Amino acid sequence: MKRFSILPILVVLLLSACGPKGPVTLTVMTHDSFAASEGVIAAFEKANNIKVAFLKSGDAGAALNKAILTADAPLADVFYGVDNTFLSRALIAGIYTPYASPLLAKIPDEFKLDPQSRALPVDYGDVCINFDKAYFSSKSLPVPVTLEDLAKPAYKGLLVVENPATSSPGLAFLLATIKHFGPDAYLDYWKSLRSNGLVVVDSWETAYYTNFSGSSGHGAQPMVVSYASSPAAEVVFATTKLTDSPIGSILGPGTCFRQIEFVGILKGTRHLALAQKFVDFMLSQQFQQDMPLQMYVYPVNSQASLPQEFIRYAQTASQPATLDPALIAANRDKWITDWTAAVLQNH
Amino acid sequence: MLTHPKDSQSPNPDPAGVSKPERQARRSKPGSWLVLLPWLAPLLFLAIFFLYPLARILWLGLNPVSFQSLTAANYGQAGYVLLFTFYQALLSTLLTLALGLPVAFLFARYNFRLKSFLRTLTAIPFMLPTVVVAAGFTALLGPRGWLNIALMHLFGLVNPPIIFAGTLGAILLAHVFYNTTIVVRLVGNALSRLDPRLAQAARSLGANPLQVFWRITLALLRPPILAAALLVFIFDFTSFGVILLLGGPLFSTLEVEIYKQAISFYNLPLAALLSLIQLLCTLAFSIVYSRLITRTNVSVNPRVNVPIRPYTFFQRSFVAFFCFLLLVFYLLPLSSLPIRSVTRLEADQGQRGQVHYGLTGDYYTELFINRRDSIFYVPPFDAIGNSLGYAALTVILSLLLGFPAASALARPGRLERILDPLLILPLGASSVTLGLGLIITFNKPLFGSQFMLLSSPWLVPIAHTIIALPFVIRTLQPALASIPDRLRQAAVVLGAPPPRVWYTVDWPIVSRATLSAAVFAFTVSLGEFGASSLVVRPEYPTLPIAIARFLSQPGGLNYGQAMAMATILMLVCGIAILFIERLRLPGTGEF
Repeated sequence: MKRFSILPILVVLLLSACGPKGPVTLTVMTHDSFAASEGVIAAFEKANNIKVAFLKSGDAGAALNKAILTADAPLADVFYGVDNTFLSRALIAGIYTPYASPLLAKIPDEFKLDPQSRALPVDYGDVCINFDKAYFSSKSLPVPVTLEDLAKPAYKGLLVVENPATSSPGLAFLLATIKHFGPDAYLDYWKSLRSNGLVVVDSWETAYYTNFSGSSGHGAQPMVVSYASSPAAEVVFATTKLTDSPIGSILGPGTCFRQIEFVGILKGTRHLALAQKFVDFMLSQQFQQDMPLQMYVYPVNSQASLPQEFIRYAQTASQPATLDPALIAANRDKWITDWTAAVLQNH
Repeated sequence: MLTHPKDSQSPNPDPAGVSKPERQARRSKPGSWLVLLPWLAPLLFLAIFFLYPLARILWLGLNPVSFQSLTAANYGQAGYVLLFTFYQALLSTLLTLALGLPVAFLFARYNFRLKSFLRTLTAIPFMLPTVVVAAGFTALLGPRGWLNIALMHLFGLVNPPIIFAGTLGAILLAHVFYNTTIVVRLVGNALSRLDPRLAQAARSLGANPLQVFWRITLALLRPPILAAALLVFIFDFTSFGVILLLGGPLFSTLEVEIYKQAISFYNLPLAALLSLIQLLCTLAFSIVYSRLITRTNVSVNPRVNVPIRPYTFFQRSFVAFFCFLLLVFYLLPLSSLPIRSVTRLEADQGQRGQVHYGLTGDYYTELFINRRDSIFYVPPFDAIGNSLGYAALTVILSLLLGFPAASALARPGRLERILDPLLILPLGASSVTLGLGLIITFNKPLFGSQFMLLSSPWLVPIAHTIIALPFVIRTLQPALASIPDRLRQAAVVLGAPPPRVWYTVDWPIVSRATLSAAVFAFTVSLGEFGASSLVVRPEYPTLPIAIARFLSQPGGLNYGQAMAMATILMLVCGIAILFIERLRLPGTGEF
């Protein structure tokens, strides 16, 4: 078995040294969480007689920094995956070339954060607190409704959040609290959370799979900062068929932060026309309807319909928090540093 | 490894019978540029793929203009992080030695039933991704881990008595778990080559066993112990995943802080400053270590000591105690993964009663199904194939580059003494920084051709080789140095042509070390060390990548499949190590 499995990769490696041949390859740089259906991508490749190569480049922040560092000779034609918390960094670095796709007409204005259409919205999702339904029903404890509730003694030691310095949902939730309490008072709120037994970990994986009691990890905290779509994912990826999700999301006004993800054409692309076609494709109904069950995000194209699993088990927040990307860009380092000092240090 | 390092620098003629003047004569032959020849390939490799990219990214962060953006607070922060990094690495190294040295002794001196199983078991953690090791420890020691649940039941406690994650203890435990194999391998190899006549002579001169151990065995083992301690220290010093996943946000090492500054804050000047500090520290350790070991003479004995069955009461209890300790320390956390991968544990949730607890093979069968028709789906055998393919290339590449460098180091001249500490540097480089350096260096087609290194799969084995090379060189060098010249001379006198001299004299002695080196290179690659995870990955996902993909989405099936993939990775590692160790290269068993 060993020899058989090594052989193909050796052959491919040797062949790769000879340089690319055949149809044109369009390269799309993405973060690691990008996913799509084989059939949908294949249809695009066939229609345009090209090959699409995806370059996974780390988490959202790492991928963007790599795109910025290689701006002089871009690694790809299209870059997908910058969100509204990083948008300004991308725009200031000037890595995109504008493209006013005709499909923008089908996207509500609230998602179009770049008036020059350098970065075009593709999807959105709400970072919310997920809760373990069984825990709250077995303790007959009401599920918290507001951010203020979380600081009440009844919920002592029940919440795990991610460090905003190392995790993007962690940062998003911090931004929700800044929006709700204001840049002067949010630290007091976090201090009250801290004295209420707040647990902080570095990554979403640890928070969700190790600390959260509603996941397969069966941890100790029944509330975790995750996504509003997680309840649907728990049903789709259940070991045994479930008719109801074991977890829910707290969706009260201002408790969630809306993340919007963008795509853009990288300056210096040698395949501008094809790159524009690919951006159109990402905004098209076909791709937009494929996204939810692949990446657990919502389509921005208002004509795209949602899969059954999303309609039944996932909800979006009615009044999610949003912040101006320029404001985030100007303050994110300070906010994170201040948060670190208030929540993690001086014990 | 450095079992017999630099015997030429010893003040006495070494036991191989080559006197000092003779060596010096050989060294100062005319045409001294020839000494550079064996260095050409390895130095060129390191210069292109390590030093140059690193220099470029450091310059980007620390050129006179961007340097000025550093504030006094930044320096304070760097100092604080440096202190903690030092502190935890020192503690971790001491603990690793405390476990590793007796275990090395155990494997080198005694034959017992579980030996090859335990040897493999101790090597497996080294190549497991941190996410998986963290999951294993959490299943055992977490708030809902077996140990806590057992203790809570036993003593009727309300809260879990053991708090593991987010403590310094968790960091130390995980470091010992990961790195003990380095001590076992480096010191164990040296122990089995120790000349038994020295101990016998001391005994016959009236020394008791304790004195022999203290004054002969331990004294002779100083270089390999120092070598192992240095490698372990550097690994602990540059620790990243363990700190993030088990230590939690209260702890920050240089590498963690570099990641935060470079990726999250995009503060390249501070990231570069921290990388430079980490690099200079590593360089300082390497120089100190080079100095330390050159003061020690080690006798050369190409014979391998044959391990014995334990027979006295003391020996039997020693073996029994450490077998038990290793089984508990390694088997408990490691076995929690395979157990979890076949256990259905869904819920205690919304629909209690409908869920069937028990054993399941679902997670494994699910691995073979691309249920979501995902373009990034990777069948498990492909992932295994990709991992093994990269590992095989890394072994080949690092041996090809390591052999000439190790042969040159085996007869050190002035050049070698300068280059020696430099060779360990890749281990101390920040992988975040090097990853970014590789990206800004290789984002253009090479030499005007169509070929882009960055988007080809070649960069992965190259990045693995950068890390594997120091290991390979450290492993090969002492074996090459231990070959007595008179053996070669005798062969030549008896009429053997050079290839035959190499085959009958050098190869039997070097083959064991080559196997050891190959195992190290292999494990480094399978475990995806260093910068490889931080360059871009076009195709060919490996096992660790597949595990990370499953863990990045919610859902019981995803978690189960991640555990199943991790179990497969463990099995592949175990089988591969057993296979490499069992390889009987021609000549290996002849002496």
